[in-house]
Order: sequence, then structure tokens, then C-alpha cells
Amino acid sequence: MSNTEKNGLIISTNSPEETILLGSALGKGALGGRGLFVALTGEMGAGKTKFTQGIAKGLKIDEGYVVASPSFTLINEYPGEIALNHIDLYRLGGTDELLELGYEEYFYGDGVTVVEWAERADELLPVNRINISISILSENIREFRISFLGETNEKLSVASVGFIKEHLMTFIESKKGE
Amino acid sequence: MLVLGIDTSCDDTSAGVVTGDLAILSNVVSSQDEVHTKFGGVVPELASRKHLENIIPIVDSALVKAGVALKEIDIIAVTKGPGLVGSLVAGISAAKAISLALQIPLLGVNHLEGHIASSLLTKNPPPPKFPFVALVVSGGHTSLYLVKKDGEGEGGTIEYVLKGQTLDDAAGEAFDKVAKLLNLGYPGGRLIEKAAALAHDAGWEGVTFPRAYLKKGSFDFSFSGVKTSVRNYIKASEKDGDLDDELKGRIAQGFQEAVVEVLAKKSISLVLTEGVDTLVVCGGVAANGRLREVIFEGAVEHDIRVVIPKRELCTDNGAMIGAVGVLRANEARLDNLSMNAISRLKI
Repeated sequence: MSNTEKNGLIISTNSPEETILLGSALGKGALGGRGLFVALTGEMGAGKTKFTQGIAKGLKIDEGYVVASPSFTLINEYPGEIALNHIDLYRLGGTDELLELGYEEYFYGDGVTVVEWAERADELLPVNRINISISILSENIREFRISFLGETNEKLSVASVGFIKEHLMTFIESKKGE
Repeated sequence: MLVLGIDTSCDDTSAGVVTGDLAILSNVVSSQDEVHTKFGGVVPELASRKHLENIIPIVDSALVKAGVALKEIDIIAVTKGPGLVGSLVAGISAAKAISLALQIPLLGVNHLEGHIASSLLTKNPPPPKFPFVALVVSGGHTSLYLVKKDGEGEGGTIEYVLKGQTLDDAAGEAFDKVAKLLNLGYPGGRLIEKAAALAHDAGWEGVTFPRAYLKKGSFDFSFSGVKTSVRNYIKASEKDGDLDDELKGRIAQGFQEAVVEVLAKKSISLVLTEGVDTLVVCGGVAANGRLREVIFEGAVEHDIRVVIPKRELCTDNGAMIGAVGVLRANEARLDNLSMNAISRLKI
């Protein structure tokens, strides 16, 4: 079920546990660079928070931290060698609210920033980012469409995209063995 | 002693005045759900600017309602976290300004401790005695604490031991999201409760959704799974056309039962495990009538005393922050002007 697109990857997971593993693969890849921005989209129940829990795992965020949904808190920050900013725009009324919140500090921070309901940030999303749209294929199966936008596409300056892709490919390979 | 409590940690700007013996003189909150409803969805005031506009009028109003002048205040207690830094700063800046100008000692308060302290402001039933178990359940939090006090009187220190917490969605968040899935509008929690009650009264059976008890002996929670089950159930039902009121009611009822049952069972189980005799339920979801009902039913069975503050004390408010000001009066400082907002703060 997994294949590569011209400018990205399509990967499916068969369980919430596997979604965490996929997130962890991306997190491990992101250990190589700072300032990575991940824009997550997908309907309620798609597994955006689960995926982010995996990213935290891959980033080796202290396991004492519970990576819970930031829907109400809006932002949860997790310190670490590379910090994780977990943002959720679920309750956002409009992009003007983001402007008033001083979003730049979070969107262009040093750590890895993961934003759920990213479509609500609209044109305020950083040009250099990884877009991940999650679709619910069945009760347990989720499809992840991962695309690399802006400089993350070729350069390693923003984050080690090659490294991330490598880890995602390893995940795909491990699934083939099933 | 008079304490002015200020909270700007989430959507509401609030302020209240409480006395040294934990009587509420005033408790003013800026929120108006009618304003939110107008937009037909969750439209919170995320903007910190709103807190800046609100803070002075809300504090003034709290003082006027309490019938006290600002210079009569002995301690200012303000929420320093957890919450959005931009929002917290609005309350903290106002508190610092008052502290500096009138030389009133200042105390930074943990918002979650405020929720637990709200139970100490209840008069009928009387407030809980230490030690007790506290369930803090709201849109942003779902946690179980063992609350102990070492030593008696004003010198005693209160200790909060985290025993369990949500691993994904908070209970209030799940209510809000399911309300959205059912197109019930805002505020989600109250509308789910209403739809569930209507279904119950009409004799419509609730849909059965899974309960997440996690591993044996765990006091952690998980509400993301039940939310997704509701989503899947709705998708499957919609194939046969739009959801009618009966089906919406049955889903709301079944969902509410699933969440309430886990909250109640785990809370009561922790009370029994810790060998205490009192359970405090606080935070916005504590206003849910069905949760109160199920918790009281379970408590009677085990001879547990339950203290649930009234609705206006369950939701975010300034008086509960003032109550912490009374409990920690000796920690208030005149030179507390370097206090910062802290987005992540544990108790």
C-alpha cells in the first residue's frame, strides 16, 4: 500500500500503534535538523495527535511527558535536545487570531513544530514545511500523504529532509516484510 | 484578610474577592456563551488582546460587587500557568501593577490548584477535609490527584500527588468535539447533556461505545478512542441519510455514558485505593449533571463523601485563584515583580 510520489510519499498504517511508529520514524529523521515545520491536516479521529506522539518518541522527548491533545490549550511545549512545539488550531476562529497570538515565535522557532488543523493557518503557514494529510480509509487504516514544500524539498538547511525520507523509507520497508 | 484572585489562563477573564475564612465576596467572569453561539461553533477568544481589554473592568467590577476598595486588599493572587503565555501575561501584568502601586503582596498561582481549591469555597455541602482525592476535569485537563496536608492550620503545607491523567484528549474536549460531529453547536458539553437527557426521557436507548480503562490498576484516561468510535458510527449511519434527532440523542447519550462511567469508576477506585473518604470533582465538566449523578451513585455504595462545587465555581473563575491565595498567604511577596507566565506548569 506504500509508494513514492514525485514529490512525496504515500504511506498507510493499519493501527494507532503503527501510526505512532510512523510518527516516530519522522521524529528520528528530524533529530538531524532544527526549525522543522510539520503541517497536519485530516478530519477528527484521523490520528493527528497519535502521529505527534510518535514524533515526540522519535525526537526522544522525555517519556515522563504525556503528549496529549492541545485542542484546548492551543500549544503544548516539550523541552528536549530538540524541543517539540505541539500546536492545535482546532479552536481558531480566523488567521487574525493567530496574528494576535504572536504565532511567529512558535512557527519559526528552533525546535520541531507540529501543527494540527494546519489548514486554518492558511497563508500564514511557513513556506518551508512538510505537509501531511491523513485520510481515514477504514476504522483502523489511515493513509498519510507526505509532501515536502519549499526549501525542505532539496536543501538540508532547514531540516535534514534526506534523513527524514530515509527513516520513512525504512518504515515502508519494514511494512513490506509483514 | 481579603484576597483578590485573577485568572486569564484560558478564554475567560475573571476576578474575585475572597476572605481569609474562604467566603466569596464577589466572582466576576467575562464569558458569555450567547456571544459564542452567534457564530454557530466553537469561537473562543484566543486573542490575548481581549484579556487586556477586559482585565481592568473585570477587576473593578469584582471590587465593586465585593464592596471593598483596592487599597483594602491584603493579597493579590494571579494565575501564572498553565496556559497561553500571551493570555497569562495580561493578568500577571495587571496584578504586578497593582502590587507595585499599592504595595500589596503578590502570589503566582497554578490554575489547576485553583480548580481543586474551588471545593474549599463551598459552604453547602461543607468543604472537604484533607486528605482527599480530586478529579480535575475540563476542556484542557483530566487528572486525578491525591491531595494531602502536612501539619495543621496556616503552617500546614498542601501536597498534590498526580495519580492519573489523560493520555490524549481531555474529557471536556471530547464532549466539545462530539458535539461538533453531531452538529449540536456550542457550548458542546451542555448541548450533549441536553440531547442525552431528551433521549433518555423519550426512552431511546443510548448507542454503546467502548470504554477505555487502559491497563489494570491504571488511573490514566483516554478519550480519543471513544471520539473516533462516535465519528465512525456517524459515518456509517449517514449512508442511510441525515442523522435525525433520535439518532443524535442516542449517540449523545451513549457517548456521555461511556465518558462518565470511566471518570466515575476511576475516581471512586482511587478513593478506595488511597483509603481516603472524600472525592472532590472540579473543573468545567464537573457541571455535567449525569457525571454528578453517576459519581454520587457510586459514592453512596462505598460510603464516600463527594464534594462538587456549584457550576460557577467549576468553570474558570477568579475566586478559586483567590482561595489559593488564602491557602498560600505566607508565600505572597511584595518583591514578586519578576514572576513570569509559565505555559506548562505541573502541580
